[in-house]
Amino acid sequence: MSATSRTDSETPERSAPAGVPHLDVDPFSTEFFEDPHRIHDVLREAGPVVWLEKWGVYGVARYAEVHAVLNDPLTFCSSRGVGLSDFAKEKPWRPQSIILEADPPAHTRTRAVLSNVLSPTAMKGVREHFTAMAAAKVDELLARGSFDAVADLAEAYPLSVFPDAMGLKQEGRENLLPYASLVFNAFGPPNQLRQEAIERSAPHQAYVAAQCQRENLAPGGFGACIHARADAGDISAEEAPLLVRSLLSAGLDTTVNGIGAAMYCLARFPDQLARLRSDPTLARNAFEEAIRFESPVQTFFRTTTREVELAGHRIGEGEKVLMFLGAANRDPRRWENPDRYDVTRRTSGHVGFGSGIHMCVGQLLARLEGEVMLAAIARKVASIEISGPVKRRYNNTLRGLESLPIAISPA
Amino acid sequence: MPSITFVHPDGRAQRIDGGDGESAMQAATRHDVNGILAECGGNAMCATCHVYVDEDWLARLPAMGDDEDALLDGAAAERRANSRLSCQIKLAADLDGLVLNLPDRQL
Ligand code: FES
Repeated sequence: MSATSRTDSETPERSAPAGVPHLDVDPFSTEFFEDPHRIHDVLREAGPVVWLEKWGVYGVARYAEVHAVLNDPLTFCSSRGVGLSDFAKEKPWRPQSIILEADPPAHTRTRAVLSNVLSPTAMKGVREHFTAMAAAKVDELLARGSFDAVADLAEAYPLSVFPDAMGLKQEGRENLLPYASLVFNAFGPPNQLRQEAIERSAPHQAYVAAQCQRENLAPGGFGACIHARADAGDISAEEAPLLVRSLLSAGLDTTVNGIGAAMYCLARFPDQLARLRSDPTLARNAFEEAIRFESPVQTFFRTTTREVELAGHRIGEGEKVLMFLGAANRDPRRWENPDRYDVTRRTSGHVGFGSGIHMCVGQLLARLEGEVMLAAIARKVASIEISGPVKRRYNNTLRGLESLPIAISPA
Repeated sequence: MPSITFVHPDGRAQRIDGGDGESAMQAATRHDVNGILAECGGNAMCATCHVYVDEDWLARLPAMGDDEDALLDGAAAERRANSRLSCQIKLAADLDGLVLNLPDRQL
């Protein structure tokens, strides 16, 4: 991957910016998914702002600029889409999200509703059950000895707690992961991954749309809580299903990849597993550090609402800016020994959950799931060994594995 | 530079220098003050930067926002009349000498 210049005949309406390093990197390619770190380094070292030839967008990969863009939502807006597609020019593939793809003041109200449904108090309510389920899962896996840490643990555990916590019916749950994978692929460019995901999506979309309706959500679950907020007048009856959809889109695949990342880290760094075992209260931080280290959500776009200067570069109105969250989380300008997985690291400030007003609304739920799973492992598991070929899963936004065969032994 | 003192649950006082415009949480994490976790990085979304403001200083702080108020209800340690989120306390010259007490837990 090298910096190249090119005449701009292919994209006549966009003049490639002068003074910004041009790179021919494709962050949505198999080559990139296989080893993003080397290319992240190229991106960070090229400059604070780069131009990505392939898709005609700006990119930021250093911590300072990623953080700055995330925290200026009025200049770098979300309402024109947080994928490559610009909603001012293209129709979204599904009705626009009223929280993720919204700006203040519209965003403020819907965000408040979801923050409330997923508040620390709400987490206290599910904590005991989530903890028991994690312990039971680890006992079951210890009895088996060897298994696939992706399917049997990273997917199985969230699937054993999240759909019930939402209040979903039993039938059709197999649509949840494909739906989420579709949503995250769709943030990418019109490549094969995105195209295929959308082509296959009709049944998953139909399932999710139906589960968002009030009559399909069990009382007491997060879904019913959202509908109750419509009764209270905080949102309209039409908005409630769209907010349920936001949780169904973002609440499962992310925790799957987060827990998968943590397992992959503990399997590769036995000294860190030993450290965690010696002090299981590190479980929450060990999960957080895995989020920093692997950044399960790799990228998001913003669109400029006006001409803006960023790190000395002038960016015009209506430009897409791609934020490399994973690169920011390993920027040596911000992190000491960034390529080291350290369960005792002070992780505060990482952008694995984003930052600013759009920061992951389900972060407390994700941390709860990650913490109780790693705590169960810390108490019950003596060793984790990779026992077969590790396979990567390709997605335009999510970084994770397809398969992680491991063998574990009891403490 | 405003200095702030964090008082740990065991009574130990830790005095640190805060940068202007920095939050009390940012100053604490920069100086490795144990007891401030700040999982959300200062976005008023996690309640793990909870502090009890020394009574002498309480009235001098800016009023709390709705987000902060709601989050404090879910904080791990008991909420008191002087509870605040340290990430929402911006340091300025007039807060020089601020005293913040740490709760016994953040999770
Ligand atoms: S750091 Fe999360 S609420 Fe203050």
